[in-house]
Amino acid sequence: MKNEITLDRREVVAQILKQRGDTLVVTGLGSTCWDATAAGDDPRNFYVWGAMGGATMIGLGLALAQPTRRVLVITGDGEILMGLGSLATVAVQHPANLSIVVIDNERYGETGMQDTHTRSGVDLAGIAEAAGFPYSARVHTGQELQTLIPSLYTNDGPTFAAVKVMARSYPTVLPARDGTYLKNRFREAVLGKKAFE
Amino acid sequence: MGNKNTQSSVAWPGELFQVLKGANIRQVAYVPDAGHSRLIELCQADQQIKAVPLTTEEEGVAQLAGAWLGGERGALLMQSSGAGNCINMLAMASECRFPMLMLVTMRGEWGEFNPWQIPMGQNVQRVLEAIGVIVHQVDEAARVAETVNAAARLAFDTSRMVAVIISQRIIGFKDWNATQGTP
Ligand SMILES: Cc1ncc(C[n+]2csc(CCOP(=O)(O)OP(=O)(O)O)c2C)c(N)n1
Ligand SMILES: [Mg+2]
Repeated sequence: MKNEITLDRREVVAQILKQRGDTLVVTGLGSTCWDATAAGDDPRNFYVWGAMGGATMIGLGLALAQPTRRVLVITGDGEILMGLGSLATVAVQHPANLSIVVIDNERYGETGMQDTHTRSGVDLAGIAEAAGFPYSARVHTGQELQTLIPSLYTNDGPTFAAVKVMARSYPTVLPARDGTYLKNRFREAVLGKKAFE
Repeated sequence: MGNKNTQSSVAWPGELFQVLKGANIRQVAYVPDAGHSRLIELCQADQQIKAVPLTTEEEGVAQLAGAWLGGERGALLMQSSGAGNCINMLAMASECRFPMLMLVTMRGEWGEFNPWQIPMGQNVQRVLEAIGVIVHQVDEAARVAETVNAAARLAFDTSRMVAVIISQRIIGFKDWNATQGTP
């Protein structure tokens, strides 16, 4: 039985990021970049404008490099489907400080709302669980989202969540697009002057 | 046939490991290749290095980008066939000027026996160069360490993608009668 999908992705991402504290954020390409920017630009956000399938592994490299900071990847269902193997790679490393949230609209939103495999029932949270994530959640309701949010920032093991959201288009809210700029301002926010030594 | 176990051909993985230590490499991502097996063991045994096995080489490109965002240096080990898996992810490294140090052990080159290795092996250098990677080629065991040392400086001091291609001549070619394969 399929639950009715009522969550609004812009609200979901805004609510998640409101409680980020000093969390470092990596987005997937396209819509999740715009969602995070709409919630408020921040130099501690690394917006991935391409590299489809790479957001999770960028998150892993960052989480391993900064074990005392929380790292949050916010990406799309299409994006993560291109890098499913990385869920296995992350589970094996078992970083205590990495959380991955998939904004699952069951569509390739950016390219014209074509169905992704999740529309046909592919269960991303089940895949994460089977890979070995100790925390893996399926989120359909506002109440489930409220339970999820603090766990993203406090769980002591890799955390995965697939949040089902409506397949709606939203106005694009563009962050800066120059990759070198995004990299340098992120590193400066994390490392201070050391970023340029 | 088989490996030419001269003094230098046995020593190079240890020398290469010391270069990685000296360059302060903290994350080593890899899909195994027989040519890298000793180096992988050394990295796994090291307390300071996080050795990360991947499901596909492109994961390593993304991981090293994340490592650099967090202030750590990494290296990516792969067989030549893995270079083809990396190209679109390297487009990010190019756009963002992420330093990338890639150590590629060759197949499909010197005395290859597996015809399926030829199309990728023979095109590794031009494919990597096409996406903007600076390529150093090394075909003498005694020069592996100095070449990787130069490549690491170039990668991290100038924020560039640099690959060292280690010839099959150094690794030795496959003994078809051996019990363990090296596909
Ligand atoms: C390697 C690669 N293949 C295809 C594309 C085209 N593309 C850009 S965005 C996108 C869809 C992403 O879908 P999803 O991650 O689910 O995001 P959302 O639905 O939130 O827009 C695709 C297929 C691309 N940028 N790169
Ligand atoms: Mg989608």
